[in-house]
Amino acid sequence: MAKIVIDGAEIETEEGANLLKVCLDNDIYIPNLCRLETDETPHASCRLCFVEVAGYKSPVPSCTVAVTDEMVVKTDTEPVRRLQKTGLRFLLSTHKIECKDCPANKQCELQDIAKFLKVGLKPKGLKQRFHETDVDERHPCFTYYPNRCVLCGKCIRVCRQEHGQSTLTFARRGIDTVVSCFQGDDIEKLPCEDYRACAAICPVGALEVK
Amino acid sequence: MNPPSDNGPQAVYAAIRAEADERLEAFRTAPVPRIHIGMATCGIASGAMETKAAFEEALAAQNIEAKIHSVGCIGHCYAEPWVIIDYPDSGFPPIFYHNVTPGKAKMLAKLFLLEGDPRFEHVYGATEENEMIPWVGEFPRFNREKRLITEKCGKVDPEEINDYIAEKGYGALAKALEGSPESVIQEVSDARLRGRGGAGFPTGKKWQLARSAEGGSKVVICNADEGDPGAYMDRTLLESNPHQMLEGMILCGYAVGAHRGIVYVRSEYPLAVSILRTAIDQAREKGVLGENILGSGFNFDITIFQGSGAFVCGEETALIRSIEGSRGMPQHRPPYPVVKGLNGEPTVINNVKTLASIPPIIENGAEWFASIGTESSTGTAVFSVVGDVVHPGLVEIPMGVTLRELIFDICGGIHKKKKFHAVQIGGPSGGCLPESFLDTPIDYDSLTDAGAMMGSGGMVVMDQETCMVNVSRYFLDFTQKESCGKCTFCRIGTYHLLEILHRITIGEGEEGDLEKLETLSKDIKAGSLCGLGRTAPNPVLTSLAYFRDEYEAHIKEKKCPGLTCRPLIAFYIDLDKCARGCDACVGCCPTDAVFTTRTRKKGIDLELCVKCGECMVACPPEYDAVRKVSPPHLAPVVDRPPEGEKK
Repeated sequence: MAKIVIDGAEIETEEGANLLKVCLDNDIYIPNLCRLETDETPHASCRLCFVEVAGYKSPVPSCTVAVTDEMVVKTDTEPVRRLQKTGLRFLLSTHKIECKDCPANKQCELQDIAKFLKVGLKPKGLKQRFHETDVDERHPCFTYYPNRCVLCGKCIRVCRQEHGQSTLTFARRGIDTVVSCFQGDDIEKLPCEDYRACAAICPVGALEVK
Repeated sequence: MNPPSDNGPQAVYAAIRAEADERLEAFRTAPVPRIHIGMATCGIASGAMETKAAFEEALAAQNIEAKIHSVGCIGHCYAEPWVIIDYPDSGFPPIFYHNVTPGKAKMLAKLFLLEGDPRFEHVYGATEENEMIPWVGEFPRFNREKRLITEKCGKVDPEEINDYIAEKGYGALAKALEGSPESVIQEVSDARLRGRGGAGFPTGKKWQLARSAEGGSKVVICNADEGDPGAYMDRTLLESNPHQMLEGMILCGYAVGAHRGIVYVRSEYPLAVSILRTAIDQAREKGVLGENILGSGFNFDITIFQGSGAFVCGEETALIRSIEGSRGMPQHRPPYPVVKGLNGEPTVINNVKTLASIPPIIENGAEWFASIGTESSTGTAVFSVVGDVVHPGLVEIPMGVTLRELIFDICGGIHKKKKFHAVQIGGPSGGCLPESFLDTPIDYDSLTDAGAMMGSGGMVVMDQETCMVNVSRYFLDFTQKESCGKCTFCRIGTYHLLEILHRITIGEGEEGDLEKLETLSKDIKAGSLCGLGRTAPNPVLTSLAYFRDEYEAHIKEKKCPGLTCRPLIAFYIDLDKCARGCDACVGCCPTDAVFTTRTRKKGIDLELCVKCGECMVACPPEYDAVRKVSPPHLAPVVDRPPEGEKK
């Protein structure tokens, strides 16, 4: 057992437990997009779940922290919120705001996080940048919307965890990075007809079942 | 630990060494001239193949008996292609010739080798002290270096293991195998060697961690995924003396208890890959690699893995993913690779130069190594000094030498009439330092304090005609394109930095842009997942700190002080200098923007001009009439005479 302090409240938990999970389980909300309960190692790519841990110079992503006894954590400090807001603004600068037409509207995790951080959906001061292709129909079973995608990679990982290897993958580099599929695969052999966890897990409605 | 015995590693080695020595002796004492030619990629690119062919042809045609010895690179890029002609019977010492074209090669074969005239007008220097020809050891470019890692580069044939062995190669391995693995780690720790890949992590500590890590199949990886623009130290080492790195790798394997090594090398280095393959095969044949190395009972084998050229794969977790067959994307550390690396096994990843530093340390001892350099940064640093310097190339210096000594004393300073402006150290992760930092000693901590970093050894020197905003834009363009796209801050953050920098360079900068650059940079440094993102803003932050006036000139005056950013400059022709009747600029202009005025001088139609600068290059130096100005409205307007008017 480990006793830790989060935002002044004492919490008992397992030594080595994932700090982000501990916070969420104790109703302390920390913005996050890329964490999967089933991940063996933290993916740590959305860079939103920052917290301050005593002893660390700067904020750390809580999904990468294993709890140790007497750990002191703060989730609501100026440096934490600043990084979270910047991260969210970055994501919003590549996310087409067409909430009315989006099936994820009202269940969208980006909307929730923006509300929580009190950030508008239009990223102030940043030029928006979108992919040329709005709709990608190459996958036989799913429609992919690159300009909604936040590249959390959860779709890729649930697919891999279920089938041993993923039928989805990241493609291209830098700002052009997208989720893509291996073309030329025999559609008959893909497990996608019966298995749609990738679309279900998408936090922003970037993958839709056809 | 076994005491040295009759059939121990040292004894086995002695037999191999004797064979190599004998071979070398035969080569040295043969009564024929020897021609050493630098044949690394840099030499080949400058025409060394043609030079070698010209020698071969001339020797055959004139029936001259001589030996051609292909060696690697000595690091003197400005002199490529170079040869050393060692012709004892001529009465001259071995002579170093630079820029040896095929024509010069044929001439030297005939006049020197046949007729005994070394052609003094083409001599760069002698490689030994003598009374006839200045010795290169008297030139700063040669004598200010301290060569440990590159010592044998340019001396040995990289495809002939006996050359390396005759230079005491694999002697350190034989020595170490007589002792315990722990004593190897102790020696490396006492030498206080720090990782030469850039971050400077203590190598001994890394090895100790790997040794104590649990795992049945530990791995040693040599990181030769050199990707910084302008950096080519690792390539040169692998192409010139691969065995020193291989020996270091085997020593590392012995120290940490690994039996498997992988060289992760870029496939864009085909010559290095092919030379490495030969070297590994030869090492196996000699019994210094593979099973029961030098009769010690220790097994270690090395394979090559070719990376596909993603810059981020130099990051160790991405490198591991790449070997495992996945997309090269970094992972959160810890766990560090020394604990959980390739396929979950403890993995030591060291840079080429780190591994190549090991044999000299084992051979000469930790105390000797630690006496070179500074207290916190021991040993030497290898830099590829490129850009606007007189003597660019690969330079190995003791840590602690100042930037000024390196750039001005050793590399000859800036070309005539121009002034030093900045030096970029550490590639896309490093920073740009101004003149006021020239007295900074080159070591890990001083460079980091200055806002740059040691990096893996790329150094770009820039003269006054460089725009620092454009340099930042260039590096951000590089990191943005090379970002793996995994984490938000690097993928999107660097894009926004690039977008702002791009706007500034085309004259669309706005008030507040600089503050925005600063805050975004700080957040990207704090928020990114791996070293690539965390250091990507460094070129922006350092240039903003040291060259802020240049940014402000771009934004406020729409002026590029370095006269580089095309939308902010204009070309014109100085009518006082332009020569009547000369048409050099007219002929080279790709858009017919240069016209003849009524006075038969030239003018530039700014509407048509694409600012390629060709006219400036073409204008004969005795006129030197083409001028560049910024902002563009400063260019005097010269009217084009109406079409059809008599000139």
